[in-house]
Amino acid sequence: MLQSKVNGVIRRIPAWPIYIIFPLPGLFLFWQALGDNLGANPIQVLEHAYGERGLQLIILALLITPIHRLAGINLIKFRRAIGVIAFVYVLAHMLTWLILDQGLDMAMIVTEIVRRPYITIGMVGFVALLPLVITSNNLSLRRLGPKRWRRIHQLTYFVAVAGAVHYLLVVKAWPTEPIVYAVIVLSLLAIRLWWKMKARGRHQ
Amino acid sequence: MTYRFTTELRYSDVTPKSLWLNRRQIMAGGTAALGLLAGPSMATTPPRNPRYSVKDELTDYDDITSYNNFYEFGTGKDDPARHASSLTTSPWEVKVDGLVGKPGVYAFEDIIKGVNLEERIYRLRCVEAWSMVVPWIGFQLSEFLQRVEPQAGARYVAFETLYRPEEMRGQRSRGLDWPYREGLRLDEAMHPLTLLATGLYGEDMPKQNGAPIRLVVPWKYGFKSIKSIVRISLVSDQPETTWNMQAPREYGFYSNVNPNRSHPRWSQATERVVGGGLFAKRIETRMFNGYADEVASLYSGMDLITNY
Repeated sequence: MLQSKVNGVIRRIPAWPIYIIFPLPGLFLFWQALGDNLGANPIQVLEHAYGERGLQLIILALLITPIHRLAGINLIKFRRAIGVIAFVYVLAHMLTWLILDQGLDMAMIVTEIVRRPYITIGMVGFVALLPLVITSNNLSLRRLGPKRWRRIHQLTYFVAVAGAVHYLLVVKAWPTEPIVYAVIVLSLLAIRLWWKMKARGRHQ
Repeated sequence: MTYRFTTELRYSDVTPKSLWLNRRQIMAGGTAALGLLAGPSMATTPPRNPRYSVKDELTDYDDITSYNNFYEFGTGKDDPARHASSLTTSPWEVKVDGLVGKPGVYAFEDIIKGVNLEERIYRLRCVEAWSMVVPWIGFQLSEFLQRVEPQAGARYVAFETLYRPEEMRGQRSRGLDWPYREGLRLDEAMHPLTLLATGLYGEDMPKQNGAPIRLVVPWKYGFKSIKSIVRISLVSDQPETTWNMQAPREYGFYSNVNPNRSHPRWSQATERVVGGGLFAKRIETRMFNGYADEVASLYSGMDLITNY
């Protein structure tokens, strides 16, 4: 079978290179920014690129289970690394805003977090990522037990929605990208909800 | 004397266009290229008007022409520079109608014939909280309006951008309600700061910046300064304007730069000056974008928080 062949190949690929390869585009972008090669407003380019990459990786992490269930291809060994690097990009996105854009003007930053819904939502999403990244190791998984660990990591759904809404709220008019991301996130949540309802129906 | 000398000195006198566009090529060309230094005559560059020019550092030509909001060519900042070359700007006509003594279709060449072209260095503040300093070439809108003779009942001026989806790819999707529309109160339109601009940095208006003719209203957010104008109407009632139609709570008819009146979703208290690089700080936004002395009287007695 093709699936078992593919899964056989996947089993031989280690996950650790993700920790090295996935951050590279972000580092390259920062290097370009340092060399003044990102155009008129490099801070905005970094902010946008890091945030968008973070959202993409969160979506990728949420795709692993549907791919497994629908196509029979098991990529779950890569999910932790994808999730951790998603956090790194979201962190870079936030630090770009805090340090380069706002110049660490704490009074201004606090006001913005409180008064601007898109920043509030972004910050809440970031905070919700913290328990996920802290428990992204085998020791935590053992200590918490798979049930509690899984419960905690369902926060990913909330983070994905927060990220998508954060993006929708920051743009003028209705450009394509944030709408596409929002639709993808909603579909990924909807398919899980549907599975859950189906499973419940079967048990009754 | 010294003062006169400085104000009449233009960037183009300092750095010939061929040099700042192609410095590297010219270096490579060696001595042969040195001839260019004496070559281009700048006699046709209009004189700078110091009365209406700010002394802020100019934004680079490359930044002004590569970082644009011109949704007719796409919503990305680099879309206009990439896609505006498809726009045909010659021939170009502007239809003048409504409450005017001389309605009609005016060819671009006719519009600029005999007008008082000059260079003015204006700040440009975008509603997205970034800003630039642009050396525009243009003439006062009032000059043109006087020529077409507004009638007594005219209280507003309405503008429209070209609608030509086969050349303006952004118009093929319904991002905004095309054609793009803007408007001014007649006294705002007649104000000496209000320009019809036909160029920048001493050359014809780049297409991504609104060729061949656009509005520049420096004390209002950038989207009021409508690009590639094909229609000017004198009307009695406040005209509909594109961003106001799109989100009335967020973009008012006046849209004067006002650090005290936040956009509902983001602050307008500070701005990022484009071209400052990675470590430049934001600067504080000024009331009327720093033009309060000239324009505040237009709004005396008005609540600028509710009339945003």
